[in-house]
Amino acid sequence: MRKEGGLFSNLDWLVVFLYFILVALGWFNIYASVYDPAQNQTIFDIGIASGQQLLFIGASTILIIVILLIDFRIYETFAPIFYILSIILLGGVLIFGKEINGAKAWYDLGFFRLQPAEFAKLATALLLARYVATQGVKLSEFKSQVRTLVPIIIPIGLIALQPDAGSAMVFAALIVALYREGFPGIFITLALSVATIFILTLLVDQMYLYIASASLALIVILLIEKKRAKILPVLGILVVVCAVIFATDYVQNNVLKPYQLSRIEIILKPDLFDPKNEGWNLEQSKIAIGSGGLTGKGFLEGTQTKFGYVPEQSTDFIFSTLAEEHGWFGCALVICLFMVLMLRIVFIAERQKSKFGRFYGYSVASIFFLHFTINIAMTIGLFPVVGIPLPFFSKGGSSLFSFTIMLFVLLKIDMHRSQVLQRS
Amino acid sequence: MLDGRRYIIQAAFVIVGLVFLIKLFALQVVDKTYQIKAERNIIQTITEYPFRGLMRDRNKELIVYNEPMYDLMVVPRDVYVGDTTAFCDLFEITEEEYLENMQNARKYSSVKPSTFLKKISHEKYAKIQDHLHKFNGFFVNPRTVRRYTNPILANQVGYIGEVSPDDLERDTEDYYKSGDYIGITGLEKSYEKELRGERGVSRKLVNVNGIEKGKYRDGALDTASTPGRNLLTTIDLELQKYAEFLMEGKRGSVVAIEPSTGEILAMVSVPSYDPNKLSGKSFGDYFEEIKADTTAPLFNRAIQAQYPPGSIFKTVQALIALDDGVITPEEKLKVNLGVMGDHAPAGLYDVARGIEFSSNNYFHDVMKKLIQRGEGSNIFIDSRMGLEKWTEAVEKFGFGNSLGIDIDGEESGLVPSVETYDKMHGRGRWAYSGIYSLSIGQGELLVTPLQVANLAAIIANRGHYITPHLVKGIEENGVITELEFEKHYTGKGDEYYPAIIEGMTRAVKKTAPRAAIKDITIAGKTGTAENGAKGEVYDHSVFMAFAPAEAPKIAIAVYTENAGWGGGASASTASLLIEKFIRGDIKKTWWDRERYVREKLYLEGLEETIDN
Repeated sequence: MRKEGGLFSNLDWLVVFLYFILVALGWFNIYASVYDPAQNQTIFDIGIASGQQLLFIGASTILIIVILLIDFRIYETFAPIFYILSIILLGGVLIFGKEINGAKAWYDLGFFRLQPAEFAKLATALLLARYVATQGVKLSEFKSQVRTLVPIIIPIGLIALQPDAGSAMVFAALIVALYREGFPGIFITLALSVATIFILTLLVDQMYLYIASASLALIVILLIEKKRAKILPVLGILVVVCAVIFATDYVQNNVLKPYQLSRIEIILKPDLFDPKNEGWNLEQSKIAIGSGGLTGKGFLEGTQTKFGYVPEQSTDFIFSTLAEEHGWFGCALVICLFMVLMLRIVFIAERQKSKFGRFYGYSVASIFFLHFTINIAMTIGLFPVVGIPLPFFSKGGSSLFSFTIMLFVLLKIDMHRSQVLQRS
Repeated sequence: MLDGRRYIIQAAFVIVGLVFLIKLFALQVVDKTYQIKAERNIIQTITEYPFRGLMRDRNKELIVYNEPMYDLMVVPRDVYVGDTTAFCDLFEITEEEYLENMQNARKYSSVKPSTFLKKISHEKYAKIQDHLHKFNGFFVNPRTVRRYTNPILANQVGYIGEVSPDDLERDTEDYYKSGDYIGITGLEKSYEKELRGERGVSRKLVNVNGIEKGKYRDGALDTASTPGRNLLTTIDLELQKYAEFLMEGKRGSVVAIEPSTGEILAMVSVPSYDPNKLSGKSFGDYFEEIKADTTAPLFNRAIQAQYPPGSIFKTVQALIALDDGVITPEEKLKVNLGVMGDHAPAGLYDVARGIEFSSNNYFHDVMKKLIQRGEGSNIFIDSRMGLEKWTEAVEKFGFGNSLGIDIDGEESGLVPSVETYDKMHGRGRWAYSGIYSLSIGQGELLVTPLQVANLAAIIANRGHYITPHLVKGIEENGVITELEFEKHYTGKGDEYYPAIIEGMTRAVKKTAPRAAIKDITIAGKTGTAENGAKGEVYDHSVFMAFAPAEAPKIAIAVYTENAGWGGGASASTASLLIEKFIRGDIKKTWWDRERYVREKLYLEGLEETIDN
């Protein structure tokens, strides 16, 4: 039995260490992204982003202390209240929010801009964790599946109304946690299949896809000729696939806005786009990253990012600053730090004795994972450009606070993992 | 069973991480194009145009210089004009032009500067300068245009213009870039390499808005521009100005050469154009205007017009015959009239008298001695052998080929050869009797005014000439490098020259008394170039001379088209120019030469086509 009390007892120091390393690297990087040699500014200058980020880091440290002081039980107990609160905030921001870059995603509090979507992830994760941990809930059952998906879909819908496709997309991360708890893998397979068909329709003319899937079905039927019973399901799948092809085509032409479609197409067919217009962001991001070379141009020596060629470089495209100034080595270091952090979170999740703790741990890991994946993938041209921050690196208080809270709530729960065992 | 999913999730994490590492390695380490693209992004190469070399006359007086001009540049994204009408009024453009220019600039780039208005004059810029701050997004870019101290010498100095695609293709050194200026005609073209200087380059770092952010590698790769070298021309600006003044309103040309050096003191071709208008903003319109002008102002008559030489060619006949020895200076020939029409009386002629009287029949006989020497078995073969020698001898005087003056476009003139007549009549089917009009400078002969002036220089030099040229030295940093030119001998001896010069001196008094000046002995020869042009009634007046006859300082040829006999307009013009050059000013003589020339009084009482 470990001893009780003590603010830091049972604290997972590896995660704390990784957290502060990443936050510090992020801070330096933000300074590099706004650094202007003509101005006589230091990294602490409150007039520039790095100074503000330092304030956010200070505030985050206070948040950490507060989280460590608060009873760990409130997260499970008050999860529905947190959730309802965040849904109200999400609804409210559509009415009272400040519109920036065409999206009503922020409450302007004067000294600080609050982005409720960042906190809704946390609340949703807690609510689902509580539901999954409820006795008698089996994720293999259809009823439970619906009950878990509804709390995810509500915030996604509200965020999509802002509109902020990137933030909405992050909620998909919770599927990973659900999968760990028994949510059928077939749904993930189906989702991936639809995504594949979607991409194929952009690459290849529809007609070929119909012909290809029909021929594929024919081959399968010929192969399984003796098992007549299975021919019908194969034909069924064929019909579904064709329907999906038709539907994605419809979505592409009628639902997606042209700029959204072009952001997807540009990944697949970059040569078709004018690097001065639609292709600008991606092209400039790739130039900045690509010109970094093996070892980079050196801290504060990046030219593409410094001279404003990469848009949104202190927020969504912050990775390009890192890649330009520190090269492949710098990128590899940061990617490895993230990998270690995420795998460590999975490890922590797995050592939880409660389903609540484990599910929440996986939610944190997968939310980090989704941010990390989509953000870096979009800067190097593997994913369409959607505005989604890189944890600890993109500047901004809401994002940093949300990741800090998410992570340290998990650490707090983890500190008391043996107490949970005692009680149950 | 669900525990296995833990590993699937962890594997997915690790795979994504590996994919990123590999993709980044490909982007950053394997693919080098992004490094190049990055440099192209941030480095703005700015060309510093050197000052083009100046041109001065032989007394270091300025002829061609550079004047600052301004291009109005625009960065469309930064533009805030407010009152468009005020803007258009200030720059003297219409609103349509404003919109069109702005659209063109936008098409190029909204953040990079492009030219909005070209070639704003210095005066206009002074007016605009104070108001420019009212309009955001505009700035001026200084450059220079060619300026000329006097509206003269246009075809000789030539003009510059933007390089053509052909020029760019021909440019093997890869020096020129689209939009650069290059000498197109005249000295500007011939001495392009000296005049153009060395372009400088500076590489600046610019941000995405085109704003300068310092120098690339602290300017280690930058080079300063070197101004072009200056030309020290052979022109005497005072003489040139006076010659242009005398030739104003006429058609024709003047070429004056310093015999001892081959330096061209003056070269006039009229009608000409105003070089100041063929520069700067008015270039395009003015070029179209003079190109369409039927009087051909772009045609440099001094080197491009070809005329039958007429009587002046008699001096060449005499010199060839004397050098060949078929006549001697003292030898007197009995001349009958009859073969050719003649103003000179019959009688005994030595060579000086032949030139003095410009006797057609005397030179008929002299040339006959050259052509039919009795060396061949019949007169056809004999004439053929004689003409072969004659052609060769004439060509030594610089006829029949271009002399190689240092500007483009020089015509070669024409000296007939045996082939010429073989083609016309058939081999063995012509003799002297068919070609004797050559003896008085008619027939198939064609010469340029430059060649005639050069002939005067040859006689002045007593048997040699130096390739006539317009530039004597190249100046760089105050140091003048003299250019060297080839010396050509025209015959074997020079002992017979006094007789020719004597004849020419007397000829001036006899056939061109209006040209005579007190104290300065002019040796000259009048001529009339037959005018074959339809609807033009008068022949062209030709006069060639050098002076002083004893120690020549200037050799000159004057062509005045449609002015009748050589002793009139051209002789008076030449006389004035000789006096101007030697004495510096004009003294009154019994005949008001200047008024005679300026007011075209020579046209009074002209008979149609007079031959002398």
